[in-house]
Amino acid sequence: MSETTGTPPLLELRDIGRDFGSVIALDGISTSVRAGEVTCVLGDNGAGKSTLIKVLSGVHQPSRGELLLDGTPVRFGAPREALDAGIATVFQDLAMIPLMAIWRNFFLGSEPTRGWGPFRRFDAATAKETTRRELLAMGIDVRDPDQPVGTLSGGERQSVAIARAVYFGARVLILDEPTSALGVKQAGVVLRYIAQARDRGLGVVFITHNPHHAYPVGDRFVLLKRGRSLGDFGKDEVTRDEITSMMAGGAELDELAHELERPTPPAP
Amino acid sequence: MTTTDAPPSSPAADERVASVGLLKRLLVKPELGALVGAVVVFAFFAVQSSVFVSPSGIANWLDPASTLGIMACAVALLMIGGHFDLSAGVMTGTSALTVGIVSVQFETTIWVGILVALAITLAVGFLNGFLVVRTGLPSFIITLGSFLMLQGLNLGLTKLFTGTVNAGGIGVTDGFDSAEAVFASTVTIAGQPFRIAILWWVLFTALATWVLLKTRFGNWVFATGGDEVASRNVGVPAARTTITLFMTTAAAAWFVGVVYAVRQTSVQANVGIGNELIYIVAAVIGGCLLTGGFGSAIGASLGALIFGMTQQGIVYLRYDSDWFFFFLGAMLLLAVLTNRAIRRYAEARR
Ligand SMILES: Nc1ncnc2c1ncn2[C@@H]1O[C@H](COP(=O)(O)OP(=O)(O)OP(=O)(O)O)[C@@H](O)[C@H]1O
Ligand SMILES: [Mg+2]
Repeated sequence: MSETTGTPPLLELRDIGRDFGSVIALDGISTSVRAGEVTCVLGDNGAGKSTLIKVLSGVHQPSRGELLLDGTPVRFGAPREALDAGIATVFQDLAMIPLMAIWRNFFLGSEPTRGWGPFRRFDAATAKETTRRELLAMGIDVRDPDQPVGTLSGGERQSVAIARAVYFGARVLILDEPTSALGVKQAGVVLRYIAQARDRGLGVVFITHNPHHAYPVGDRFVLLKRGRSLGDFGKDEVTRDEITSMMAGGAELDELAHELERPTPPAP
Repeated sequence: MTTTDAPPSSPAADERVASVGLLKRLLVKPELGALVGAVVVFAFFAVQSSVFVSPSGIANWLDPASTLGIMACAVALLMIGGHFDLSAGVMTGTSALTVGIVSVQFETTIWVGILVALAITLAVGFLNGFLVVRTGLPSFIITLGSFLMLQGLNLGLTKLFTGTVNAGGIGVTDGFDSAEAVFASTVTIAGQPFRIAILWWVLFTALATWVLLKTRFGNWVFATGGDEVASRNVGVPAARTTITLFMTTAAAAWFVGVVYAVRQTSVQANVGIGNELIYIVAAVIGGCLLTGGFGSAIGASLGALIFGMTQQGIVYLRYDSDWFFFFLGAMLLLAVLTNRAIRRYAEARR
């Protein structure tokens, strides 16, 4: 771990573990999220990536180990507490309410208000205006902010969730496979967002199955396998090919390529 | 390959949006089905009975609609929030009985009885909500339990305190006149006295609608009912929202119970039982989804209006009132089917 600065990392995990009943989903994970750095979490399906970020975002409480925010131990009892600490998350399932309008989803849980006392109300005009602007900045031109989220395309829905997290993430931005449903252009926008957030001094945690997305923006790479950490690498310690083979299991990929090749017709 | 950049589309006009006409905008409103239903029911009785549209007739069918409507609004909020309250009906009885027992047996002013009733119903509402949130069990089961328990308590405690199965003598308690002015007076319009509960009903519907559509809490209600886990994950206080909704239903039951106690001045121990399903029927006719996350308070009030009109209309047409529940059931089915069709149409055409 590079201890270049005296300031503690934004988030630090020490030997974090999480059980679900008898299932040990995570065990002995130690890493850190620093300001101005992108930490990529890599691993197979079921490796525990989502569980790890749910510990960071307050959805799950760790069964073991310690979570430190700015060097002091914290315990997020609920996602609200993590949000209040400036940690915003794009969950893999996006955490959106299908029957509700885009603008209502965008500000859900953090609604702007106007008026005072018993007349305090949801500032719908600001919410709609902001939603449209933030989505437009992502290259998503919503037809109508009143459209229910359930009627959006998969990629549009993902974009709304990302725009929301970027808008509310003050210190740490966590993205769980945010590009899985996106086209090349929108995925590029998301990567650019990640880089911008990093440059603004946010700590970013980025989960993806795509090495072409992970390598260009990642500063650190945490590799998970079956709930355990296989290592925590700085960018200078690995190459893209190594990342690729770690993510996919290089041997398996070679084998697959071989398998998928057309059998060469026998020479006449 | 060359691509020409599309001209920057102004946010005001998007070529992918067929201008959404007024009709279609109306169609996505949850209360539309109930509105159409109310108009049809009104027309059905109005053409056959002149009494039905006379001031006294109107006052007569607005009366049952009002107390039911107050409950239906609260139950609609709760259903949008994803829960049922089967104890809502019997709780109106608990409230009315408490008013009677406390103010008569303990010889206090009626207002003390009314406040004790509020405390008790709110406590029951809190317990309902707390148990639902804590155990994660379906509210159907939890409130079925509290329904049965309250039913037993209503009977048992009434017998214990009064020695009979009703709590009477409310009319001669201290402060009765002021309580009557608030809960059970009449307002005369065009020579016809209308129950004040109608006014409370209108105010309550307006308040519930405002809260639902214009406040943060309303946003949380829709979200909690739509997807509780997702809403918690984005920071909605889902547990607090749910408990508040159960307590709101309880507060409505308190109000309706007090209205009943002050009107009747003598309360049977079994009053209110069975009404819980009628509240749900009104809310569903009003467009509430059984699965939560969708619905409207105005719709529920229209559902209550349909109920009131049907109940009195049948009397005016001299039908046997036994047919009432058949009508109500048929209306429920019809409403659910229309609401579903409307929603599908509206969503497909957005
Ligand atoms: N609530 C839960 N109860 C029981 N087991 C769980 C729970 N949540 C996760 N698990 C288990 O923990 C393991 C890790 O799950 P997780 O969702 O973190 O995987 P992942 O790395 O995000 O996978 P993917 O790439 O498919 O998203 C899985 O085996 C899963 O079954
Ligand atoms: Mg995952």
